[in-house]
Amino acid sequence: MGDSADRPLLDDEAGPLVRPYMASGGRTAPSAALDLLTLVWATGRLGPTQLEAELGEVLLLCREPISVADVAAHMRLPAMVVKVLLSDLIELGAVGLLSPDPAVDTTDRSVLEALLNGLQRRL
Amino acid sequence: MAYNGDCDPAARAGPARTAIKLLVAGGFGAGKTTFVASVSEIEPLTTEETITAASVGTDDLTGVGDKRTTTVALDFGRLTLDERHILYLFGTPGQDRFWFMWNELSEGAYGAVVLADTRRLEDCFPSLDFFERRGTPFIVAVNEFDGAHRYAPEEVRSALDLDPGVPVVLCDARDTRSATSALVTLTQHLISAASAAV
Repeated sequence: MGDSADRPLLDDEAGPLVRPYMASGGRTAPSAALDLLTLVWATGRLGPTQLEAELGEVLLLCREPISVADVAAHMRLPAMVVKVLLSDLIELGAVGLLSPDPAVDTTDRSVLEALLNGLQRRL
Repeated sequence: MAYNGDCDPAARAGPARTAIKLLVAGGFGAGKTTFVASVSEIEPLTTEETITAASVGTDDLTGVGDKRTTTVALDFGRLTLDERHILYLFGTPGQDRFWFMWNELSEGAYGAVVLADTRRLEDCFPSLDFFERRGTPFIVAVNEFDGAHRYAPEEVRSALDLDPGVPVVLCDARDTRSATSALVTLTQHLISAASAAV
C-alpha cells in the first residue's frame, strides 16, 4: 500500500462510473415519480439557454414529447441521472410529464390491433 | 400503455399517445441487442438504469454489503406504429444477477419474446420461468445463428417443455423482416390470449 499516494485514487477505468453523476450533482434519487416510459415535454416556460448545460440539453430533447428512456439514450447517461435532471426541470415548471398508468390493460383489443397493423405494415 | 394525466396540470394539454411495451428476453448472447436493433426505427440505443438492490451475495459476513447500487445496461428500441401508438422494446439484462430489474421492467409489459440459442438452450430457462410465474404472455423465437445446428420448432418445444399454447418460431435476429415477423406472431398470440380470457 506504500505507493498508493503516488497514484490517483481514481483512474480512467473509474471515469464512466463517476462522471454521469456529476451531471446530477451526485444525487441518485429523483424527486419526481418517473418511469422509463413516462413522457416528458418542454412546457415553454423556460428556454434551454436559461439553464445549465445538461439541463438545457435535456430540455432541448423535450421539444417534442419523448420518453425518459429516449432522453437517457440520447444523452448517453444512466436513466437514473436523467430522472434526477428531469425532476429538476419539472420542479422549475420547464417540463411537463405524463406517467404510464400502472393499471394499464395489457389485453386491450384496440391497442393490440394497432400493434398488429403497425408491425404488419413493415413486412 | 394508457397514461393518466392527474400528476400534472400540464399533462392535460399533453399528447394522446399510447406506449406499448414489449420485452425481449433470453440468455446472455442470445441476440437480444441485435433483435432490438433490427426492429427499432432509431439507432440502437443503450440506456442504463441504476438501482439500489439488496446484495445478491449470501456469504457476506461483514454486514456492509446490505445495499448496493448497480448500473444495468438496457437495450432500448422504438417503433412508431401509427400517429397514436408507439412500440417500445426493452432487451432485458441477460445475466442472472440482474434479476431484480425484471419485475420493474415487466410492469405494464404486454408480452415478451424469449430468444433461444440452440447451442445453449438451457440459458433461456430462467426467462421462461419468470414469464410463466408472472403470467406475462410470451413466444419463443429460436435465433438461427450461423453454424448452429438447425432444429425444428417442435424439437425446441419439447426440449423446453413448453405449454402447447406457446408459439415457437424460427428467426434471424439480424433481419428486420424476420424479427418483425416474430413480433407479429407474439401479437397474434396476445390477441388470442386476450380473447380467451374474456
